[in-house]
Amino acid sequence: MTALAPAPAPPGAPETAPARRPGRSRLGRIMQHGGWFVAPFLVFYGVFLVWPLVSGLWYSLNETNLAGINTEFIGLDNYREALNDDQLWDSLGNTLTFTAMLTPLIVAVAFGLALLAHNIKHGKWFWRLAFFAPFLLPSAVLADLWRWLYEPDYGLFNNALNERVPWLLEGDWAMFSMVLATLWWTVGFSFLLYLAALQAIPDHLYEAAALDGAGPWQRMWHITVPMVRNITGLIVVLQILASLQVFDQIFLINEGGPNNETRPVVQYIIQQGFTGYRIGYASALSYIVFVLIVAVTLVRLWLVRKRTDEKGETR
Amino acid sequence: MSERTFAVKVRRNAGQIVLTTLGALLAALWLVPFGWALSTSLKPEGDTQLLPLKWIQSNMNLDAYRSVLDTGDIPKWLVNSVIVSTGVTALTLAVSALAAYGFARTHFRFRKALFGLTLAGIMVPGTVITAPLFANVRTMGLVDTYWGVILPQVSAPAMVFILYKFFQGVPRELEEAARIDGAGRWRIFLGIVLPLSRPVLAAVGIFTFIGSWNNFMWPYLVTTDPDLATLPVGLATVQSSFGIRWAQLMAGALLAALPLLIVFVFFQRQIVRGVAHTGIAGQ
Repeated sequence: MTALAPAPAPPGAPETAPARRPGRSRLGRIMQHGGWFVAPFLVFYGVFLVWPLVSGLWYSLNETNLAGINTEFIGLDNYREALNDDQLWDSLGNTLTFTAMLTPLIVAVAFGLALLAHNIKHGKWFWRLAFFAPFLLPSAVLADLWRWLYEPDYGLFNNALNERVPWLLEGDWAMFSMVLATLWWTVGFSFLLYLAALQAIPDHLYEAAALDGAGPWQRMWHITVPMVRNITGLIVVLQILASLQVFDQIFLINEGGPNNETRPVVQYIIQQGFTGYRIGYASALSYIVFVLIVAVTLVRLWLVRKRTDEKGETR
Repeated sequence: MSERTFAVKVRRNAGQIVLTTLGALLAALWLVPFGWALSTSLKPEGDTQLLPLKWIQSNMNLDAYRSVLDTGDIPKWLVNSVIVSTGVTALTLAVSALAAYGFARTHFRFRKALFGLTLAGIMVPGTVITAPLFANVRTMGLVDTYWGVILPQVSAPAMVFILYKFFQGVPRELEEAARIDGAGRWRIFLGIVLPLSRPVLAAVGIFTFIGSWNNFMWPYLVTTDPDLATLPVGLATVQSSFGIRWAQLMAGALLAALPLLIVFVFFQRQIVRGVAHTGIAGQ
């Protein structure tokens, strides 16, 4: 990157400032050597991600109202309060239950659907459309559709089953219903990831195995499953990270009911911050969830590194 | 055709028939919620709660759609959603592509550190910063404005990373050749790198658009003015006023679902590729 000819400034980018005099400032030098490219992003990033992250930490040490005006520095009191807040732990428990139920289901169903769609020769676009379409729905639409399906008296499900299943009326059922609706809504994304992974497996592996006399099941267990292992790992982590932040559909279908028995932790945080006007406390709760999420991410990084070390290859 | 290959072919065809039937059954099951919503939306309001339930009946009509479009605010929400999603997508593409190119192909001081900081941001879940973000946006006086809805959705480190990966793969020789011809960095970026990156830009753009179109929480929190409601927010808040008029509720839901489904039909390839890119980003 030496001695570049001064760039003829293209229209619409007047800031490119042709080579400056040797006496220019350090910032000027950074900007001239490519800083202008990253500057706009960094402004957004700083204002809307880093600043809230930092100010959130500060708010969490204060009794802060909705306007973000500090009223009183209270040190770790918010965190201390959180430790004894049963509603926090209940809602966190709901989120974890939801995550634990949904994640294995998503992996299994997405893999099954992808295997099926991959092996059917005709109409690829149709299978993709059918299984991916729900992913494109706004959460409010999803909520409308499923509230109607779950309706106790006139809902399709209860009439088709000819029973009165309390889909949204009893806590355990309600959690199951949320998982079911979410599975339908989001499995398409993982389905597409698996489909791409399956298409990337070279055919000659299967041909070689077939020549060696391996049956379809053996081929699946010894070729397909290991070959998509990386994607499975990715799906599990993406799914856990998304589920830990679940809010929209549970809030919109049932407002976390009945009796807050499905209320996820994010909803509790929002309620503390926006209904209870306690941004400080809500920030403290957010940081507790944040630590949890970072822990998941770090475990994932550690696992990936361990596996690549074992294989002795670099990615 | 030998007898053996014939047998193999028959077996393969039989396999295809079984798989296709299974696939069709599952697809039908998967489409039930859509189908039921459609069926309900076409019934007269009084018939939605008649037992036994019927999928098809003779007096189906479009009344529910008509009343939703006449009395509801769906057209207004649609316009808001288009403004917000287009704004978010355009800004995200511009800002992320510039940054990705800067990180991938220029050399300035602190570049590595800043890139590391950007990557770390991928780990920060949006919900974690919602409360302080709201307080800050309020301080900036952006509550109940389009800017307040749009701007905070623009900082997307994951998109920067996806584009960064792609730009790294653009052959350096192309850039060198242009440089020898006297093209500056900006001209190389705008004239060579961007046109080569159209597929990945499309993927990132469509994904950003979908994400923003379907975003519920942020617009819900940052707007109280019903005139600024996006489609998801409007639908969610109006539920109570529609009450249990299920035909209209389903008609509204399907109308709201339509734009993205159409987008998908037209951009299926790019969307599928976009998912694959997310795979790259996640690894």
